[in-house]
Amino acid sequence: MNRRLLVLVSVVAFAVAVLLLAPCVGAQWIPISAFFDNVASPEALILREIRMPRVAVAFLAGAALSISGMAFQAMFRNPLATPFTLGVSGGAALGTVLYLRFAVPFMFLGIPGQSWFGFAGAAAAAGLVYALTSLRRGFSLLTLLLAGVAVNFFVSSIILFIQYLSGFAQSFLIIRSLMGSVDAVGPRTVFQLLPVIVAGGAALVPLAHPMNLLLTGDDIAMSRGVDVPAIRRTIFIAVSLMVGGVVSFCGPIGFVGLMVPHICRLLIGPDHRWLLPTSFIFGGAFLAACDAVTRSIVPPAEIPVGIMTAMLGGPFFIWLLLRSDPVSQENP
Amino acid sequence: MTIIETRQLGYHIGDRRILDGISFAVRQGEYLAVVGPNGAGKTTLVRCLGRILRDWTGEVLLSGRSLRRYRQRQLGALLSYVPQATYRPLPFTVEEFVMMGRYPHLAAFGLPRASDRGAVQLALEATETGHLRHRTLATLSGGERQMVFLAAALAQAPRLLLLDEPSTFLDYRHQAQVNRILRQVNSSSGTAIITVHHDVNHAIDCAHRVLALKEGKLFFLGDTADFLEPGRAEALYDIGFCRSANTPGGRVRLLPEDPA
Repeated sequence: MNRRLLVLVSVVAFAVAVLLLAPCVGAQWIPISAFFDNVASPEALILREIRMPRVAVAFLAGAALSISGMAFQAMFRNPLATPFTLGVSGGAALGTVLYLRFAVPFMFLGIPGQSWFGFAGAAAAAGLVYALTSLRRGFSLLTLLLAGVAVNFFVSSIILFIQYLSGFAQSFLIIRSLMGSVDAVGPRTVFQLLPVIVAGGAALVPLAHPMNLLLTGDDIAMSRGVDVPAIRRTIFIAVSLMVGGVVSFCGPIGFVGLMVPHICRLLIGPDHRWLLPTSFIFGGAFLAACDAVTRSIVPPAEIPVGIMTAMLGGPFFIWLLLRSDPVSQENP
Repeated sequence: MTIIETRQLGYHIGDRRILDGISFAVRQGEYLAVVGPNGAGKTTLVRCLGRILRDWTGEVLLSGRSLRRYRQRQLGALLSYVPQATYRPLPFTVEEFVMMGRYPHLAAFGLPRASDRGAVQLALEATETGHLRHRTLATLSGGERQMVFLAAALAQAPRLLLLDEPSTFLDYRHQAQVNRILRQVNSSSGTAIITVHHDVNHAIDCAHRVLALKEGKLFFLGDTADFLEPGRAEALYDIGFCRSANTPGGRVRLLPEDPA
């Protein structure tokens, strides 16, 4: 109990440090104190209008992808499940690609057309998977997985098809949109993404304890009083909402949703009541930190963060895996 | 008082009838053993009674109310089901896992009260697994694991306990221990028990009544003593048995004869 509290406090401290430092980092160092400048100095403007929203969006995206991955790993009882497993991100990517290839650029309610198309694609993919799964009784795990993977492959091939038909410049835009980044954001993006992630995250909070029981198997979970099909539906809808939101604004940022839950499991153990807040905070801080690195590594170029997450996170995960002794893993 | 009752319970997958026209009732405090050859529908029967399967035909009444109409959590507070042993490397400690048995009784976010801790302690003592409480489930032997699964079901404090071959794959000592614990729980707390027994002798040792299934139909339902009548077990299993009363406690044993 105390050890877990200590880990959680350390993770919060890490997140606070990242959130304070990340806005300062970039092509040019700007001290965080510039935020309080009365005059509209260029530094203050960059900090307020560009860097802080960007850090905030990175944090929200990382946090949402991490708890989504955690929830899917619990639901499928499979360590390889990611928030993108069921084709929601594929649907969002397809929407984005359709927009880049065919649509007239537009803006609606302050949200760019690319994000609208992305979200519509995510909703269509999630709706299709949900409908296919509901055809069988009891919202079966295997049907859900197969329907999701099939939809994922289907939209991926359509994306490739559209890309093949596209010209050089469009193809470049499409590939860049599939890398996943948080650079095309402004202060408004934060408040557009926030409600989606608050709603999805709030839906997962009461499921943290039942997720422990899901791991023990459907039969035992049901016999303990867990309404397994209802919980699966809620997890699927909450994750689809969050992933659809994140991917329509930031593209499919990889690695975070797969690996952050594992990193956090090594740190704090398998109990989802601890894992959920830890994954949320650590995942957010991790992506914000990755983005800060990509902004400063070859300035003024800003590498899409989706490229860096696995490059930075992979070695860290392997180090953690080798370092942790089996005894401490047994008794978190 | 009747805890669970079935009326013309049936279950089929496509055209294949797994269960057909099963009617019986179990009183509070009773121990019913379900026996029969492989593929007779024993597992399907207890899975229907625990509402793990939902698409049965006919009626099942739990405490006089249709089993279909319970909310899952209410159901968890009334009955518990211990499935056939399957190995899943669970990352939880024994204590955490047994506490999960309290799920239907726990407050929000699964925060345990004193009564929950007490129930877990009693379950660990009853199954003699207290010394394992800080071990991870993945590190336990098959026998220890089965004891812990039993402990979690006991911590749930159900009025009806359903078990599917609780002692299969266990060594003799653990088999005897499982059977002893089930008898104790049944007699001391009045928990009704319905258990599938692979070994008829376990059924004879433990149960008040025996329900025998053959090819999805009710083959026999009655007192354990009547089940021992010559010819009955033979017709059920299609193999000869010799009966030996030369055992400690004078209980009759059925010993299968090799037909070859």
